[in-house]
Amino acid sequence: MWKFLLPVAAFVAIVVLFAFGLDPKRDIRALPSPLIGKPAPQFALTDVLDASRGVSNAALQGQVYVLNVWASWCLPCRQEHQALLAISQQHVVPIIGLDYMDEREKAKQWLEQLGNPYSAVAYDTDGRTAIDWGVYGAPETYLVDAKGRVIFKFISPITQEVWDKEFMPRINAARSGA
Amino acid sequence: MNAPRGGVVLAWAVALAAVSPYAQSAYAVEAAPIDSQGQLTNPALQLRYESIIKELRCLVCQNESIADSNVELAADLRRQVREMLIAGKSDKVIFSFMTDRYGEFVRFAPPLTAKTALIWGAPFFMLLLGGAIVYRVARQRSRMPLDE
Repeated sequence: MWKFLLPVAAFVAIVVLFAFGLDPKRDIRALPSPLIGKPAPQFALTDVLDASRGVSNAALQGQVYVLNVWASWCLPCRQEHQALLAISQQHVVPIIGLDYMDEREKAKQWLEQLGNPYSAVAYDTDGRTAIDWGVYGAPETYLVDAKGRVIFKFISPITQEVWDKEFMPRINAARSGA
Repeated sequence: MNAPRGGVVLAWAVALAAVSPYAQSAYAVEAAPIDSQGQLTNPALQLRYESIIKELRCLVCQNESIADSNVELAADLRRQVREMLIAGKSDKVIFSFMTDRYGEFVRFAPPLTAKTALIWGAPFFMLLLGGAIVYRVARQRSRMPLDE
């Protein structure tokens, strides 16, 4: 009996392992964020378009918002930019930009040429805000609920499909829960 | 006759030195200038700094430590470690600062917890399993007649 069961059990175990490990949809570089369910790290930076204007997420307390990490050097950010513009036109939640390891002039140019989907863009001069949020690349997009907790992190470019499938249900749930 | 032999000895000494751990520390010194600030003035802090940054994974190039990586994020994280050391933070505080933000994956050797028990236990489990198999096979063979 064991002679038969043991190989079968080993085979099933390997199939399960491979089904998970070799799943082409799984991004092996995407890491689960330890921030999920925790209070969003506070930041108080300046606006990339106007250095005299402050951008802080304390002002957003009480509403659901999205934080999108991007940079002008980031090619996949250019890829998601059209989708972000379209999403911002739907006026569901404020989209805050976090300009990561960038030069202010280049970032300004990007927003002027490609359009600005953000209600405000924080300029992360020295990468400290990015470290607090556990950013390790761009684009990365975080969803924060009305209680100021991070409820979702999406790594890689956003598309309308991703928005409808991953973000909208969570936004609706966060709103009905709050 | 002594002179060429001395030369051979010298050549061997040089070759051995090149592969010795001392040579590796020489590489570490060469790699150091990627930190624009240079070494920490306190040698004890510098030692702790070096051991901590070797233990932290660079999340951009996931199989390198932040000590080895030239990526900007690694430089930012090295600066963070440096500042926390100067501020008198303990290794434990520095590591939890990193894992709070980036998760356990940021450490090359994750601490032994219920979640990581499988990783730490797997080698011992494999060893036991292999031992059991060898034991069984050996016992079966020893029962076989010798002349067959």
